[in-house]
Order: sequence, then C-alpha cells, then structure tokens
Amino acid sequence: MFIRFIKTYFLWELLRGLALTGSRLFRRKFTVQYPDEKTPKSPRFRGLHALRRYPNGEERCIACKLCEAVCPAVAITIESEEREDSTRRTTRYDVDLFKCVYCGFCEEACPVDSIVLTDIHEFHFEGREGTVIDKAGLLAIGDRYESSIAAARERDAPYR
Amino acid sequence: MSEIHNYTMNFGPQHPAAHGVLRLVMEMDGEVVERIDPHIGLLHRATEKLAESKPYNHNIGYMDRLDYVSMMCNEHAYVMAIEKLLGVTVPKRARYIRVLFDEITRILNHLMWIGAHALDIGAMSVFLYAFREREDLMDCYEAASGARMHATYYRPGGVYRDLPDSMPQYESSRWHGEGDTRERNQDRSGSLLDFIWAFSERFPGCVDDYETLLTDNRIWKQRTVGIGVVEPSRALKLGFTGPMLRGSGVEWDLRKKQPYEVYDQMDFDIPVGTEGDCYDRYLVRVEEMRQSNRIVRQCVKWLQANAGPVIVENYKVVPPRREAMKQDMESLIHHFKLFTEGYAVPAGEVYAAVEAPKGEFGVYLISDNANKPYRLKIRAPGFAHLAALNEMARGHMLADVVAIIGSQDIVFGEVDR
Repeated sequence: MFIRFIKTYFLWELLRGLALTGSRLFRRKFTVQYPDEKTPKSPRFRGLHALRRYPNGEERCIACKLCEAVCPAVAITIESEEREDSTRRTTRYDVDLFKCVYCGFCEEACPVDSIVLTDIHEFHFEGREGTVIDKAGLLAIGDRYESSIAAARERDAPYR
Repeated sequence: MSEIHNYTMNFGPQHPAAHGVLRLVMEMDGEVVERIDPHIGLLHRATEKLAESKPYNHNIGYMDRLDYVSMMCNEHAYVMAIEKLLGVTVPKRARYIRVLFDEITRILNHLMWIGAHALDIGAMSVFLYAFREREDLMDCYEAASGARMHATYYRPGGVYRDLPDSMPQYESSRWHGEGDTRERNQDRSGSLLDFIWAFSERFPGCVDDYETLLTDNRIWKQRTVGIGVVEPSRALKLGFTGPMLRGSGVEWDLRKKQPYEVYDQMDFDIPVGTEGDCYDRYLVRVEEMRQSNRIVRQCVKWLQANAGPVIVENYKVVPPRREAMKQDMESLIHHFKLFTEGYAVPAGEVYAAVEAPKGEFGVYLISDNANKPYRLKIRAPGFAHLAALNEMARGHMLADVVAIIGSQDIVFGEVDR
C-alpha cells in the first residue's frame, strides 16, 4: 500500500515510460536514408510492368491474350495481327496503370514469360495520358532492366 | 429563461480519429453524447457484386482489399469456402503456411491497432515502435508473396509458392558501411523461416515495451478504464466476435471452438477480459499478440522440419508447374483452360469463417455450377461492432467516442465492402 502510494506520488509509471523512450535516443538508429539507400526487395516483388524479349532480340509475346483474360481489373488491352513472317504478334499492348491492382496474375498466366512485374516501384506520371503504357513503352522498360528481371526470375524459378 | 436544446454535431468523414471514412452524426447534450448515428458506405466498392462477374480466382485479390490491415485472413475465408465446395484437401505444409501467415497477419493488425489507438488517445511513441515491427512483418509478406500488403498469396488448394530459402539483403551505402550492413543483414542471412524465427525471439520484448508505455500509464487508464462497457450477454446479442467479445468475458474463439487448418495442433491460450471496457479489450489484444507469437514459433519449427507440396496436384483446379506447362502438351492445355475459363465449382451453398484479427470473418458462397460465384456474401466483424457504437458511447463524453472507435478496431474496407 505504502509502495503504491510512493509510486503514484512520484509518477513511477510515467518515468518508466520516459526512461524507455529516452534510452532509444542513444541506441543505433534503424532509419533507412531513402534516396541514397533502399530497403531490400524480394525477387518476387510486383511492381511496374514490362514486356521481355528473347536474347536474339525477338519479342516474346505471341498475343495469346491469356493475360488479358486473367486480369481481374481488365487493365490489359491487346490487339493482334499476323506479321509478314506469318507469326502472330500484338499490334497493340496497353496496360492501364490506374486500373492495375498488381496481383501478378498476368505474369503467372504468361506461357512465354513475356509480361512481367518488375521490382520498379518508383515511377510517376506527368499527365493523365501517361498512365497507360503502350507496347513500345513496355518493351523499352523490359530492354532497360532485362538483366535484373532475368536474375529475379532465375532466383524464383524453383518455386513456380 | 430560454430553453436549452440538444445540438447535433458532425464527426468526420475526414477526421484523423475516424479510422478512414467514418461519419458520425452525434446528438450532444453539452459535451455528453446522447445519440450516435454512424453513416457508412463512403468506401463501398461493391465487392460482393463484383465477385459475381469474375471467375473464382480473380476475386482473391479483391479479398485483400476488404479489411486492408488483415489481408491474408480475408483471403483465407474466401479460399476455404471454395475448397469446401470443391472438396479438395489442402496439403499439410500449405495448412501450416496458412496458419503461420494468419498469425503474422494478426500481429500486423494488432500492431496497427495499438499504434493508431494510442495515437488517437494521445500517446505518440507507441505508434513509432509498432511500425518498426510492422516493417519486419511486411518484409515477410513481400518475401512470400511479392507484395507488402495486398498479397494474393492463398489459392484454392494451397498457397501459390513455397516460402523462399533466402531473404533480400541490405546493401552498404555512404550512410552505412560494411559493418553496419552486416549487422542489418544478420537476421536476413538465412531463409524466410529463419527471419521469422529471429523476429519471434525479439517480439515479446517489443510487446513489453508497448506495455511499459501504456498498461500502467495513468493517462491511458483514465481514458480507457470504464469506457464503453459491454455486458457479456449484450455482447453476444449484438453479434460481437473476436477481441470485442472476449474483452467482455465470453470465451469464444473459432480457432479453438471449430478449429480449421491445423489450429487443433497448436498450443495457445485465449485471453479473456472481465469488465468489457476499452481497457480490457486493450489487454486482450496485447495478450493475443503474445499468443500469436507462440503459434508462429510452433509453425516455423514444423515448417523447418517438414518439406512437401504447398498446393494440391489437381490440375482441374490448380495450374501445373511452369516447367511442366512448357514441356507437356496436356499441362499446357490445363494451363490455358484454367487461366481463361477458370474452374467450375459444384452447385451448392457453403459458409466458411476464420477468426480474423477483428473477429469472425465469414464468406457465404452460393455456386450454380458455373466458373463464377452465383452470390457471395461477406460477414465482416467490424459491421456488427460499429452498429453497437450508439449503445456503447451513449452517456460518455465526446472525447471517449474516439477511444471507443479505437478499441472497436474499425476498418472501413470491410464495413463498407
């Protein structure tokens, strides 16, 4: 009873709380200095979309439209035609980034590993028209980051 | 002398203590609440209707977005309903992974809740500490599923992929040299399970920290003890579930009462309150974090010792492995069939419920033998809790309404659906 009175009178529990937060002042900070360093990202990360090519430069997509069919948000629009060499190719491949929910089903569905979700999560738009990426844009992302995309797929291949 | 009238006050929907888009119309007598009328529907996205127009698997991602702080538990209820109708048996390893991630989700949810609740009442530092631990668990989500929140990881028949054998690591920079980076990566040198194990070792100490800051704190007690009392019988009648019900002293937990997955093999206790006030609900949730940590440790131990498939090998429901799909014609046909049309679920009605962090999250599913649900009804725990706000807050001061909303752990994604 007496101890309780003393503890109440001297704000014991508040001081213990203060001691806890105060001790944090002197401990090592776990802050990640963002633009200079980044939190590590898993090879399974689902970020910005990209279309990949084969090592010989031929685009992988064969316009089977599985991704278009499986997309829950209906974010993918594909039109296709026969090319001069009589292979089936897309003439239009649009991804609406405002509609996409980044579920990763398109990548799961793609039988030729063409559409992938890269680990890029820092992207921005400069106008409303930029929110839909067309085929050329997707292929450009794929070309630019091919090495990291391939490395991530390679690491995750045993699990899929 | 002029007559004194009650006046009506508007609270929200853009109020930081409203936990999203809650709008309350309050009838006040001075500073005492006479009546509260919650207005909901500002986050209504017609998930139930949307589900009727999409093949079964497409909806998994939308389940994440219902209660957006306990993502995988929502998926779990939906996936379990489909499994009941299909009659598939989930491999044991997948069951353990699901229990593991359900409990990680519970800790995630309660960390979010303790931070937000304390912040509403005026304690800022708990929020920062809770989010430090949340970061680690988000990394677990990302390592397993590829997304930090909206996982889309569970599938009817198991989970999408096995847990990875390596964790992504920090790189050194001009801020952190080699030594610092090695220390940062200490827990990340092994597999995801090792990472979770390391987390579970230090987590009880973190909960002790939160308790040091709150449990005995006189301000915290003044704001929560005796606020929003619900009698056990009344709590049952109001349809309370989860910590709200247990805080009132009713020992009810679906994990114990109707165990799903492998909860019957887990060793854990259900904390129960005595008074049914905000403070008891706080104590129940804090103890639940400790109990969840116990379950996580048991799951990690089992998963480390037992390998095996994580999804059924029934290619009418689950797509074949990628390697098989690329080499085998029949597998390719299964793959195309599943990703265009999905699978047909036998006609019938089913209810599947899980003990989500907020209470009983249930999915009632009617199938008419098509590849889409005929009707999907979601039973969200938060809806029943919010409906009782008027009863809980009547006679309390305006500031106590914030404490009650906080202890109800309302998330509008599931209330409005």
